[in-house]
Amino acid sequence: MKLIALIAVSLTGAILIYGTADMPDWGDPGSPASLHVSPRYIEKSVEETQVPNIVTSVLADYRGYDTLGETTVIFTAGIACILLIRRFGR
Amino acid sequence: MEFIIGKYNYWIYICLMMIGFYAMIGKRNLVKKLIGMNIFQTSIILFFVSTGSKKGATIPIVEHGARAVEAVRYINPLPHVLMLTAIVVMVSTFGVALALLMMIYRRYHTLEEDEILGFRK
Amino acid sequence: MTSRFDDVIIQTVCRILIPFIQIFGLYVIAHGHSSPGGGFQGGVILGASFILLCLSYDIKEMKRRLSRKRAILFSALGVIIYAGIGLLCLLLDGNYLDYGRLHRILPVDPVRARSMGILGIEIGVGMTVMAVMVTIFIDLASEEEKRN
Repeated sequence: MKLIALIAVSLTGAILIYGTADMPDWGDPGSPASLHVSPRYIEKSVEETQVPNIVTSVLADYRGYDTLGETTVIFTAGIACILLIRRFGR
Repeated sequence: MEFIIGKYNYWIYICLMMIGFYAMIGKRNLVKKLIGMNIFQTSIILFFVSTGSKKGATIPIVEHGARAVEAVRYINPLPHVLMLTAIVVMVSTFGVALALLMMIYRRYHTLEEDEILGFRK
Repeated sequence: MTSRFDDVIIQTVCRILIPFIQIFGLYVIAHGHSSPGGGFQGGVILGASFILLCLSYDIKEMKRRLSRKRAILFSALGVIIYAGIGLLCLLLDGNYLDYGRLHRILPVDPVRARSMGILGIEIGVGMTVMAVMVTIFIDLASEEEKRN
């Protein structure tokens, strides 16, 4: 059983390492992740929101829905913990 | 040499991810599986943060009084935002998973997967 | 949590340290605009301060400061603050979570109102994160207490 797991893990790792050949280099300013929407965030953030910390402005303003849903996820996790562990009526 | 310097960060994250993956599918103890899942998630977070880095750039906090902001001078804030939310989700899933393990232990008095499956037969 | 021991050094150090940790957590929430920080990080620091109180003293001492019921209330209140600010923007003729509209009720210009709205929702997020951390910890820890 452990041997099968080891084989599967090494196979997956080998495929993933083969896949990194097409990834952009570390610290490449022209990587696809840094070209699409993030330059606009960086250039316009201070002008539009007066918040110097771009991470905060993107988190709370440009992607406010994302953070709202995520706060709800945390709240749901807390409620799930309560419902699972606490024994009612005993 | 250029190839290794450009890509070695991905290889480190893949090694971490495979350690977590092995713990998830190879180990028989449920707590060890959970720890493996945490290692897996951590490697993904490291991977995302590293895709946002730019050589010679600084953290995404604009200097005081700077008017003209060039995108090349600050690293990509988007992966940071996504991973900031992912870390908190990771903590809450870990809490819920521990609660579930507690329920399993209360019912079966063991956390070994084989013994739990044996009980159910 | 079962065999509690009263260690003078640990209790004294934690008693002195916890207020400073909580002040730092509030600072991280409030100063998230211009330095690394924000609701999530500050909330986790605040939650950790309560967990430190439980580890150094007792879970009863912690429940005296922040009871279970109040923790759940705080976590719901945080989500309500967040969604309520969004709804307020909707009522002020804007889109949902469009903080620029808050300038109609705040004495600032629309761009500054955006910054204020961000501060408001950071407070909500911080509240939720703190309360959920404490809730999960109380539930996982007090179960052990009941068993023995």
